[in-house]
Amino acid sequence: VSVAPQGVAVVGAGPAGVRAVEALLAHGLRPVWIDEGLRAGGQIYRQPPPNFVRDASALYGFEVRKAQRLHRVADAMAAQADYRPSTLVWDITESALHVAGSGGSGAIAFEAAILATGATDRIIPLPGWTLPGVFSLGGAQTALKAQAVAIGGRCLFFGTGPLLYLVAYQYAKAGAQVAAVLDTGSAAGRRSALPRLLANTPALTKGLYYLAWLRSHGVRIESGIEPLAVLGKAQAEGLRFRDAAGATQEIEADALAFGYGLRSETQLADLAGCRFAFDPIDRQWLPERDAEGRALGAANIYLAGDGAGIAGADAAEAAGERAALALLSDRGIAVPAERCRTLERRLAGLHRFRAGLAEAFPFPAHLARRIGDETILCRCETVSAGSLRAAIDGIDATEINRAKAYSRIGMGRCQGRICGSAAAEVLSAALNSDIAGVGRLRSQPPVKPLPVGAL
Amino acid sequence: VSAAPPSGRFLRLAEATRRPITLTIGSERIQALEGDTLLTALLLARGSLRQSEFGDGARAGFCLMGACQDCWVALADGRRFRACTTMAEDGMALEAIP
Repeated sequence: VSVAPQGVAVVGAGPAGVRAVEALLAHGLRPVWIDEGLRAGGQIYRQPPPNFVRDASALYGFEVRKAQRLHRVADAMAAQADYRPSTLVWDITESALHVAGSGGSGAIAFEAAILATGATDRIIPLPGWTLPGVFSLGGAQTALKAQAVAIGGRCLFFGTGPLLYLVAYQYAKAGAQVAAVLDTGSAAGRRSALPRLLANTPALTKGLYYLAWLRSHGVRIESGIEPLAVLGKAQAEGLRFRDAAGATQEIEADALAFGYGLRSETQLADLAGCRFAFDPIDRQWLPERDAEGRALGAANIYLAGDGAGIAGADAAEAAGERAALALLSDRGIAVPAERCRTLERRLAGLHRFRAGLAEAFPFPAHLARRIGDETILCRCETVSAGSLRAAIDGIDATEINRAKAYSRIGMGRCQGRICGSAAAEVLSAALNSDIAGVGRLRSQPPVKPLPVGAL
Repeated sequence: VSAAPPSGRFLRLAEATRRPITLTIGSERIQALEGDTLLTALLLARGSLRQSEFGDGARAGFCLMGACQDCWVALADGRRFRACTTMAEDGMALEAIP
């Protein structure tokens, strides 16, 4: 067991983790800083490998200054903090992190930790979604940003959320062929969300710009659609969907990417003993925290960024710094009160915007609740939605962990990261119960599979 | 409009001047560039990464950011790697992919 210098650990090097480490260092605390990524930036400001040469503005667009600022701060701190990239925290107890990767393997004792674990796409399975050529929206973006590749020759994007339009724009701008952008949300929903979206005018303006750019470049865009199936037998060949007028249509594409907003990565917060509450906007069980970032139920844990509730990169930066200031203050180190208030005000404004986004791009829970019996729900172990429904039929599985034991849903290698949201909807529909009532999948160490020998 | 992919699934849009490297998949040699992930290298050369062990066909990854675990591949020496978070290296020898 090694010991974190000065007892403080930060997990994650996205916008929240970087700003947390920056604030700790500025007040004289040198944390151990662990990140799964090869380079700092997280998913949103992900950096390609060092031998890539594209201009940063080609990678980050309007966010180029924010991305570069964050990278500069991270680079400058890499030598000051005990920085360990390409390293997974696979378990956490109240006093130790268990890590594996380039930064070494073993236990690191800590007194306080900031968890900034980020988020991944929220998925609703549909027939054919496991075929080669179907990816998540975030995955499609990562392919382009971090590897300079398109997921296929003719790419179709569907689902809902700001990422849908951003990824389509980035693909088209980079020279990829975009077959269509199909949104399950409606134009009316986006209009009625406008007042709340005005809480973050720059983000709203950028979103409108992407939409206008795509339209002016002749990209087919439809709203109010319902995806029906990925076409193709051995690989993806297109999408069948119902348009807003109710007509069934098909569009050819050899690559598809989809997602319905984001879901928080909460496994470490769970293993650390944080208390969870159901969040109706994220439609997910989330670790509870106070306005300053202290986790409830786990005295030495602080939470920041999308891993504790979806609020976006700007909020993550503010929350990372705020959580670090809370940690410092709890250790008796004086922090500037005015800065704390400024960050809290910024976070409150960004949370209003977040609520607006949920209204503009609502999660189509009804699609998840009526996933067909034959559709594969768990792609890890090829478990169908029908198997989940059959497994709970006639037994007392009113809660998702019991349903998991009977159906193996959520038991695969991804621990339910991909199917968990939809499985909860299927279960709640089958039981005719409230979505919050079916509970949340308990996390198990290791939170991700480890290479043999890492233990 | 033809939706048939070229020989590989992915399409390289830029950054094509990096140092070339060679990998093998079974007896097949594939070219890649230094800085490609294993997943990128494989999907630029072919359509999929592996067969599902549950008999429902080929898989080609999904999340591309280390969350879904759909892209684990085996080297000829038996070591297994998550292709989306592993860098391709010159001389890497992968097990043949059915």
